[in-house]
Amino acid sequence: MKRKILIVDDEPNIVMTLEYTFKKKGLEVLIARDGSEALQILEHQKPDVILLDVMMPNVDGYQTLKHIKSNEGLKHIKVAFLTAKNKTKDIEKGLALGADKYLIKPFSIKKIVSEIFELID
Amino acid sequence: MSNYLLVFIIISYLGILFFIAYLAEKKSKSRWVNNPYVYTLSLAVYCSAWTYYGSVGIAANSGISFLPIYLGPVIASPLWIVVLRKIIKISKQQKISSIADFISLRYGNNRFLGALVTVICVLGIVPYIALQLKAVSETFSIMSDENSYVSTSILDDSTFYIAVLLAIFATFFGTQKTDASEKHIGIVTSVAFESVLKLVFFLIIGVFVTYFLFDGTQDIYNKISITEGFSELTTLSGFESGLNWMFMIMLSFIAIFLLPRQFQVSVIENNREKHLKKAIWLFPLYLLLFNLFVIYIAWAGKITFGNSVNAEYYTLLLPLQNGNVFLALLVFLGGFSAVISMVVVSTLALSTMISNNLIIPYGFLSKFIKNHPEKNAKYILKIRRISIFLIIIFAYLFYINFSIELSLYSIGLISFVIIAQLAPSFFIGLYWNRGSSKAAITGIIIGFLITGYTLILPFTIEAFTGSSTFTENGIFNLEFTRPHALFGIDFLSPPAHAFFWSLIFNSLFYLAFSLLFKGNYRERNYAEMYVDSKNYTTLQDGALVWKGEAYVADIKNILDKFLGEKRSQRALSIFFTKYKLPQDTQLADARLINFSEKLLTGSIGSASAKILIDNVVKEEEISLVEVLKILEESKEANASNKLLKEKSDELSTLTSQLKEANKNLIDKDHQKDEFLDTVAHELKTPITGIRAATELILDDEEMDAEIKTQFLKNILQDSDRLSRLIHNILDFEKLSTGRDHLDLSKNSIKLTIDKAINGVSQIANKKAIKLVVSVNESIEFSYDEDRVLQVLTNLLSNAIKFCPSENGVLSVDYEKIDGHVFVFIEDNGIGIPKEDQSFIFDKFYQSINQNTIKPQGSGLGLAISKQIVEMHQGEIWIEKTNKKGTIFGFKLPFN
Repeated sequence: MKRKILIVDDEPNIVMTLEYTFKKKGLEVLIARDGSEALQILEHQKPDVILLDVMMPNVDGYQTLKHIKSNEGLKHIKVAFLTAKNKTKDIEKGLALGADKYLIKPFSIKKIVSEIFELID
Repeated sequence: MSNYLLVFIIISYLGILFFIAYLAEKKSKSRWVNNPYVYTLSLAVYCSAWTYYGSVGIAANSGISFLPIYLGPVIASPLWIVVLRKIIKISKQQKISSIADFISLRYGNNRFLGALVTVICVLGIVPYIALQLKAVSETFSIMSDENSYVSTSILDDSTFYIAVLLAIFATFFGTQKTDASEKHIGIVTSVAFESVLKLVFFLIIGVFVTYFLFDGTQDIYNKISITEGFSELTTLSGFESGLNWMFMIMLSFIAIFLLPRQFQVSVIENNREKHLKKAIWLFPLYLLLFNLFVIYIAWAGKITFGNSVNAEYYTLLLPLQNGNVFLALLVFLGGFSAVISMVVVSTLALSTMISNNLIIPYGFLSKFIKNHPEKNAKYILKIRRISIFLIIIFAYLFYINFSIELSLYSIGLISFVIIAQLAPSFFIGLYWNRGSSKAAITGIIIGFLITGYTLILPFTIEAFTGSSTFTENGIFNLEFTRPHALFGIDFLSPPAHAFFWSLIFNSLFYLAFSLLFKGNYRERNYAEMYVDSKNYTTLQDGALVWKGEAYVADIKNILDKFLGEKRSQRALSIFFTKYKLPQDTQLADARLINFSEKLLTGSIGSASAKILIDNVVKEEEISLVEVLKILEESKEANASNKLLKEKSDELSTLTSQLKEANKNLIDKDHQKDEFLDTVAHELKTPITGIRAATELILDDEEMDAEIKTQFLKNILQDSDRLSRLIHNILDFEKLSTGRDHLDLSKNSIKLTIDKAINGVSQIANKKAIKLVVSVNESIEFSYDEDRVLQVLTNLLSNAIKFCPSENGVLSVDYEKIDGHVFVFIEDNGIGIPKEDQSFIFDKFYQSINQNTIKPQGSGLGLAISKQIVEMHQGEIWIEKTNKKGTIFGFKLPFN
């Protein structure tokens, strides 16, 4: 069975590069433009990993992660933040909420690929 | 009307007054009894039966010479704001309870002076009270049917019983507290009530006589002007009559300050100094109203009765003549009100003086020291109560024996002249610190003797013997000793003459003795306190210089005797707290001596207070020079204290201003941090896109051409976005530092709006938003078109962003109002949350909700717009915002 990745970000140009990359690496790619869309998708689909932006309209990344971690059926899913917020206190906050990785924008495609596969292999 | 009915009415009326006084005492804190109107009306205790009946009498017999008695107070009232305020300030501070206390304290708690003032007041006022009783008695007999009724003994005389009732009233409400400097709100309120009644009833009779009995003022004038000797009654005949007027005005000017009843209501009963502000115009108005009809009633009476009846009672006789008993009864009650208020307030004032300045300091003190405090309080009250009854009984006896044949007017004026003897020591003492007690005593005695010789003596001799030889010939037939024409001055009326000579000698002796005999240090101390009261009120208890040895325990012992243990303990503990002294202080200082004397002054008068305190302290003599030096020093210390306080206040406001500024800076700093975060995030987003796409194109050689093109397009888009953002930041920086200048030229606002609409129409169409532009005629004026276009584009893009995705409507309207061109941009979007509204134009401001929620822009659009509009001397604001939509407005000056 194909492994799945859910990309949650509101910037279409960034999403486009990630989608291209992970499809090419053989993953099934799901896309959400903000937290609420992500949670909707998670009701039917169980991805292996979620790549989550923080600053988004409506429901932000922190809130989305809280929802995921409080849901018995979802809490096992690996989550990596991918955000421009790079202050120490932001990173600490993200990891304290239960994220498995904290990746910073702008990013190197190679690095992101290796980090994500580290999580799901 | 039968005697019984009349007595019944009088008693019912007194009952009402009792009730009013009782109610006022019960609600003594209420606004209803503590206001400038009650205060002003209580001052109208000045209008006694003399005004009520006597004025008409004088007007009938001597024309307009009734007026000076009211002109004096009218002239005095503007001065109240300065003089009376000063007197009230001093009296409150020193807990003064009567004019005798006031004068004796000014001259160093002089016991003899206090007693002398009391005696002068009693001599002046008792006949005056008799005069009121006479008015009651005579009006009573006019009202009564039983004309044959003549009192044969005291017990038969209704006037006697009325006098007793008045005494009971005064006793009941005047002697509830031992501290006489406390307010008597019950009495004051009932006096105010009576003042209303007497004025209203007098006006009613005035209107009745002028407009119902006659055909108005003109009719009366026409009828009286053809009678004999009319012109003499209405004109001032020459210089001599003018002098008479002047002296009468001066006399009443003094009386309004010094009559014990006036001092009582205007100073002792004053609740707030600011009530004076109303009184200074309201009181003259009251007097004016009172005198409005006097002359017409007098003329009407003269036309109706000729010289057949006592002109003083025209107000009663005119309605009775016309069978209008009810009106006559109203007048009678009005006159009775005038009597009650005068008698009650006068006896209250006199009884306080008699007890505190005469009886207690001359004989009862040693007894008090041995007594139990409760017993002392009872004693003091008993002395005052007995005094009230004695005053009224003496007044009654005086009336029975002397005043049957005298007019209200003449006794009234004698009273005034006697009281006027206090004027030099009172007024000069208030403004001249050299005035001494010896001078005051001598002046008053000399003045009184002259009054006795020129006024009281001839008056008494004529009343008793019926002969006027003494008046006409003087002593040993010496021309210059004629009592009504001393030293050949024969053109003044007897009261004016007596007033002139007595005051001349009184003042001269006062001035001369003051210069010859300096007062002792204590006198001078109080003189300084009075004269320079403004400075000393801030010094408070420190204003008394005192050196010596005294123990708190001894002083407390004395206080206990009069205040009771509980009250004196409390007073002392307040004192210690106020001056930051330990509660168990052993040695008393000058402040405590002064404080204790003041505490006692209210109960037993200032002279007795000093004597009592002197008993337990060992005082050292201080030289006058030393006193003055110490006073000067404490004044200076006080002034520098004040300066220090001002400086420290200044510093603390400065500190809080600094704190505020610092807080603002921190806030600004915080906002700037957040702004930078946002900007960084905004910058990083396109860079992330560019970097990722570029990396993919570089590394993936097999990439589809189509996808490659898409990535390249994205890179281009992100680069544009980056440069736009950078441009905005720089633009804002330029505007906010004022480095950019407007490029003004004449433009049409309609065209500019069209350009802006064109610019955003594409994104509007994408959201299917309907664009509505007002079709007003174009307005041309001078502005920087590019900048205004920027503002419009900003506001429009914002509006489009907030418009709903369905049925969005965006409209632009503009018009010219009062030299400004107004532009309104309205959307039907979700509105701006309340917490954001006031900050929305601030630079760097990002809604708190946007902490992690994606911001809708760089946070600069509105801030830049505001800068641009303000550079045009215009304004930008949110006109309206709610869930149904928002209107932004801005205006630019039309020049």
